[in-house]
Amino acid sequence: MKSKEKLKGRVHKYDRDNIDTDVIIPGPYLKIHDHAELAKHAMEGLDPKFAQKVSKGDFLVVGSNFGCGSSREHAPIALSQTGIRAILATSFARIFYRNAVDGGYLLPIEVEKSAVTRISDGDELEIDLERNEITNLTKSESYPMKPFPELVAKIIEAGGLLNYKHEE
Amino acid sequence: MTITEKILARASAKTSVSPGDVIFAKVDKVMMHDVSGPGVIKVFSEWEKKGKRLERIWNPDRVWVTEDHFVPAADRVSAENVITLSNFTKKYGITRHFKYGMGQYGICHTLSHEEAMVLPGEVYVGGDSHTNTTGAMGAFAAGLGHTDVAYVLMNGKIWFRVPETMLFRLEGTKPDYVMAKDIILKIIGDIGTDGANYKAMQFTGSVTKSLSMEERLTLTNMTTEAGAKNGIIEPDETTYNYLAERTDAAYTPVMGDQDAAYSEVFTYEINRLEPIVAKPFSPGNIAAARELAGTEIDKAYIGSCTGAKIEDLRQAARFLKGRKVKVRTEVLPAAQSIYMKAMKEGLINIFMEAGAVVGPPTCGACCGAHMGVLAKGEVCISTTNRNFPGRMGHVESQTYLASPIVVAASAVAGKITDPRDAKAN
Repeated sequence: MKSKEKLKGRVHKYDRDNIDTDVIIPGPYLKIHDHAELAKHAMEGLDPKFAQKVSKGDFLVVGSNFGCGSSREHAPIALSQTGIRAILATSFARIFYRNAVDGGYLLPIEVEKSAVTRISDGDELEIDLERNEITNLTKSESYPMKPFPELVAKIIEAGGLLNYKHEE
Repeated sequence: MTITEKILARASAKTSVSPGDVIFAKVDKVMMHDVSGPGVIKVFSEWEKKGKRLERIWNPDRVWVTEDHFVPAADRVSAENVITLSNFTKKYGITRHFKYGMGQYGICHTLSHEEAMVLPGEVYVGGDSHTNTTGAMGAFAAGLGHTDVAYVLMNGKIWFRVPETMLFRLEGTKPDYVMAKDIILKIIGDIGTDGANYKAMQFTGSVTKSLSMEERLTLTNMTTEAGAKNGIIEPDETTYNYLAERTDAAYTPVMGDQDAAYSEVFTYEINRLEPIVAKPFSPGNIAAARELAGTEIDKAYIGSCTGAKIEDLRQAARFLKGRKVKVRTEVLPAAQSIYMKAMKEGLINIFMEAGAVVGPPTCGACCGAHMGVLAKGEVCISTTNRNFPGRMGHVESQTYLASPIVVAASAVAGKITDPRDAKAN
């Protein structure tokens, strides 16, 4: 996943704060490490039909503190395996954020609360990672996104932490 | 610099660091268990598909492993995960592997202190969010995911953004029937479940200093529930004495500077604190236990890294001694060593005579995986750390979080009870 490309996809919106890892991928599935199998249970605690609704390249739009709770990397894996390419939230819990970036699974994008309010379920968005801008193609309006911190951008560019060469 | 900043500065070979700096810190210890371990192994197997090869790991002596989430094996997949983990530790020469059914084993965060796996001044990371727990030993302790632990196993270091430190002064004297659990629930209720996001939570003050090591560990354990990167307490005689009983390894304690800068300072007068309960479905959704008195429950659970250390079991036994439970009650000591201690102290007899089931150490029920999950509509009061929807079973079950004293008093009454209204024996 490169950090300078344009992404286009449809929105799946869950307008709530504190969507936790037990909701994203419930405890009983922690024993599963097959990526495709995990995808079937993504967001099961909130919307059991989630995996069927998502197409490759879609976006998840949520409130604050997304991914709070456990360190289970199953959470970003399950979401990315359904096809979710980026998550737009007003804030992320720290381990979820790290896992999404370091594993190279999907992009955690921080946006203003007003953007989350304006974007509706089903809207088509285009995300320009070079200009840090999100265009709502359905509503013909745009919103800023918070640029990735320097190291995070480099890790995204490398395709995950294991591919990133750290210079001492 | 604060203690957190000083540990991270030393680990990144810098004379000083400031909040916001991004550093690569040298890791002293790394832990994985039977969920994160197979996850890490999966990361390596995906990586090897790209033509890479993991010949050796950075330092097998700094890695330790436990089996805690799905033991006793919940099903065939869980059993296979334990074998996957064992094969990995054998192949790469990791000797500190605490195995279920082979002497000492238990919940990772409990072993981290029971077995003195982590020492003051160290950088400790683990594949579990409650790795924060071990910061009570005066270490920098933070939870990571599978890829990050894989990176540590390869390189012996990991990146961190140096966190701002929030300082919590716990002053006064702790009233009877109030435990560290009540203090940390109160704090999470006040600052919110993202109130410490990306930050360090440091505890100090006369009450912190008077707390036993085990009670301090309850404070740092639940810093995770406020979103904190790490929880930490500067080491003192209590820490050193606790370690002296468990290890002769040498260590260099780190203390914060007198003029350290804290992003926020909170002072709590603990004299006035009452027993607290977190209602469904958030650890921040708190109320006084007394306000919830009479709430019907189906189960009382005393277990987990948060609430089944020896001190937790002793406090629960105060209420259960000579009484009978009115709801399904389970007691699962957090490690084999704690189970044995509880047996020698007569606590296991007290629990069983009260009618409770005493089970083997496992994370099973706390994360709703196995070993006693909740049915639709069931209500549980628990000494654990999370009560998100579906956390302990069906998505329409409910969990109230409380101290071991409150849970024991509630088990005896069959409904949520403030222990002050049902005095112990």
